[in-house]
Amino acid sequence: MLESIELECVRGDRTLFTNLSFSVTAGDLLHVRGANGSGKTSLLRMLTGLMLPAEGQIQWNGENIRKLRDEYQQDMLYIGHLPGIKGDLTALENLRINSAFNGLEISEEEAWNALGQIGLKGREDLPARALSQGQGRRVALARMLVSKAKLWILDEPFVALDTRAVTMLQTVLAHHLSRQGMIVLTTHQDFSIPDVDERILDLGQAEL
Amino acid sequence: MIALLRWVIWRDMVLAMRRKSEVLTALLFFVIVVSLFPLGVGPEKNTLAIIAPGVLWVAALLASMLSLNRLFADDYHDGTLEQLVISSQPLAVIVFGKIMSHWFLTGLPLVLISPVLGMQLGLDSDSIVILLLTLLIGTPVLSLIGAVGAGLTLGVRGGGVLLSLLILPLYIPVLIFGSGAVESARTGLGVEAHFSILGAFLVAAMLLAPIGAAAALRISLD
Repeated sequence: MLESIELECVRGDRTLFTNLSFSVTAGDLLHVRGANGSGKTSLLRMLTGLMLPAEGQIQWNGENIRKLRDEYQQDMLYIGHLPGIKGDLTALENLRINSAFNGLEISEEEAWNALGQIGLKGREDLPARALSQGQGRRVALARMLVSKAKLWILDEPFVALDTRAVTMLQTVLAHHLSRQGMIVLTTHQDFSIPDVDERILDLGQAEL
Repeated sequence: MIALLRWVIWRDMVLAMRRKSEVLTALLFFVIVVSLFPLGVGPEKNTLAIIAPGVLWVAALLASMLSLNRLFADDYHDGTLEQLVISSQPLAVIVFGKIMSHWFLTGLPLVLISPVLGMQLGLDSDSIVILLLTLLIGTPVLSLIGAVGAGLTLGVRGGGVLLSLLILPLYIPVLIFGSGAVESARTGLGVEAHFSILGAFLVAAMLLAPIGAAAALRISLD
């Protein structure tokens, strides 16, 4: 279970949110909403442990994530704004190396399968820089297919994807939730996952 | 852990091999800077031999610094660094792997070409051997110390200049004992003391720098 306790986010000299508490349990989908600049990405980065909250703490199964660190990070998959793929490596190499960095060595065959499933058949061997933006996103998203993480933190996963890919991604998310996974995501796009209560966390309007 | 190191080094090597020009930059810089001295100082053999240890070491130092700000910058811009920092694997090991690749790609070529440049400056063969050995021990120290600075200045505007100001003073001990050893060899004095100290620098840097650089990266990404 992921639990946030009285989080506060300060960027520069502005407080983006304060006293933010919520929890995500197995099978939950938490949709973080809010205007541009309301602190969605900051919240997600806090949840990954990349950013320190100004106040409050984040707990994973009752323990502070800063204390757990590696143990928590093994259970977590984060796909951020930046795709985190190398233009000079092929899609296949990108997927395998990204998994290896998370302590998950996958065989070439698994990687081929995942990339085929995400709609990159025939492009597995192209350098990622030769792919379109949407295809590049797919390489990043392919990590979800091979990941064993319980908690997925996804920052705008639907960006740059075509309608077919969006549908497929929704299926992947639904499958993850049905296996008692947890998802925290932000998006401005409409999406629907059948049989799932989407919980909404609204960070509101950014003060200008 | 070994598997992780292998992955990191493999990745950085493959990336570098697919962009060869960046690897050659540091090496060419080194060769050109050293070659400028005979032109500026004059071809007088004795004078050149006297300044040779210092020239070679200063040039090696600047060349290794030249490529430092790229150590983490590419990973930072495409988001892979974020993924490395939040990976479940020890960040210090990953950083150590990256530093090792950096040295293979920028330090080792300098070491290998240094005998030729030593000859060009009129060093005798014994001094050249010592030069090669000091560079072999010293340049990894440069990469290691530099990584801490590269981590700290990541994403800072004008980071390149700041990095030089931060790191060059820390290079001074390595420079003193590195060029000092060659100088001692040239004048026929013992070099053991110099090597012991250089070795100590290397051991200390290998232990501490990856941890320091990892901490610096966490701060830079916050």
